[in-house]
Amino acid sequence: MSVCTLTIDGKDVAIEAGATLLDAAKEAGIEIPRLCYLEGLSSVGACRLCMVELAGTNKLFPACVTAVAEGMEVRTQSPKLQNYRRMTVELLFAEGNHVCAVCVANGNCELQDVAIAVGMDHSRFTYQFPTRSIDISHPKFGIDRNRCILCTRCVRVCDEIEGAHVWDVANRGENCEIVAGLDRPWGEVSACTSCGKCVDACPTGSIFRKGETTGEKARDREKLEFLAQARQQHEWVR
Amino acid sequence: MTKIRFATVWLAGCSGCHMSFLDLDEWLLELAQHVDVVYSPVGSDIKEYPDNVDVCWVEGGVANEDNLELIHQVRAKTKLLVSFGDCAVTANVPGMRNMLGGVEPVLKRAYLELGDVTPQLPDEPGIVPPLLDQVRPVHEIVNVDLFIPGCPPSADRIKATLEPLLRGEMPQMVGREMIKFG
Ligand code: SF4
Ligand code: SF4
Ligand code: SF4
Repeated sequence: MSVCTLTIDGKDVAIEAGATLLDAAKEAGIEIPRLCYLEGLSSVGACRLCMVELAGTNKLFPACVTAVAEGMEVRTQSPKLQNYRRMTVELLFAEGNHVCAVCVANGNCELQDVAIAVGMDHSRFTYQFPTRSIDISHPKFGIDRNRCILCTRCVRVCDEIEGAHVWDVANRGENCEIVAGLDRPWGEVSACTSCGKCVDACPTGSIFRKGETTGEKARDREKLEFLAQARQQHEWVR
Repeated sequence: MTKIRFATVWLAGCSGCHMSFLDLDEWLLELAQHVDVVYSPVGSDIKEYPDNVDVCWVEGGVANEDNLELIHQVRAKTKLLVSFGDCAVTANVPGMRNMLGGVEPVLKRAYLELGDVTPQLPDEPGIVPPLLDQVRPVHEIVNVDLFIPGCPPSADRIKATLEPLLRGEMPQMVGREMIKFG
């Protein structure tokens, strides 16, 4: 196994070749904000929060899908990155309908957490108030697309860990949405095993257990950890 | 020491932010040493928004013609305008009517479809202010100088924001202690 040495925010890190910048940052104890990344799932670089700077180029790179290379000099914090990250989070709030006060995930939401991390006290972008749908046809769970940030964690966890592939991304631009069973009511999709992995993987209050009310969505942390290791350990049930 | 001319206004919100303000309890007495309450639904009985206000805390989004007129007056006559609570900062729960698409469907839904006794549309020109097409956050209408999200912001956070203001400093809205939506 060959090893790469690089610096992240001035810290020396040694890590095996093939690792990502996010892995390396974790190794160095440096926190990079992200929303679509979930350990144990494939990485897609969708949320653009983990963008970092590399010495020698003006381009920004998503840390979750950029491989380490020998001698890299990585910066995870700069006024430019902080500004972009805050704008990214503001856009997420402005393009959906996030009414935290009446949300199942209030106080336990990764989107709220990154808002605090990037110092967002309001959105400078005009709120869109889009018309989005809610599907509560499943006997145990519901999806409220008003709160969906299109991170695709549900799509990946259901496909890659549960092997059921219930979810897909439909349409484009502002009409983009997560659909079950090629756009059918979730409750009618026989591929769904009702395992609940998508509920725990969802960083927001979009996918939830029925019967939970404001602030009650407890993310099962142990289950998330299980999800993270399931693939390597070939565990399909807990 | 001249006192700070202090105001609060209540637009489209539930008054919960003002109630949270009153949760400052005995610290309100301390606050009263430093400020003159020149306009406030909970702290004065003055009907016209006065001139030369130093600080105004605004609860609620901008939902109707009255809100719109008042917020423009507030901006014109106030040095430091504070967007106070989620309804002011994001439109929040009142803003959920925006998803119904305009005034007509909103009034029909609320007063006809859901009206269980004598369903009728409210119609008192000059008394009931007409709704705006959408509820908007305050900063989309006028410039805002400081944001305190939260539904409602806790009395502790209100105090932590007021204290630097009383010293003539801008509070730093950073971290979990100062930023909270919902
Ligand atoms: S998912 Fe819920 S708690 Fe999280 S930001 Fe959206 S509305 Fe707020
Ligand atoms: S409950 Fe399990 S099988 Fe059903 S959609 Fe969610 S992850 Fe897929
Ligand atoms: S439903 Fe949840 S997990 Fe799925 S894309 Fe939306 S925010 Fe992500």
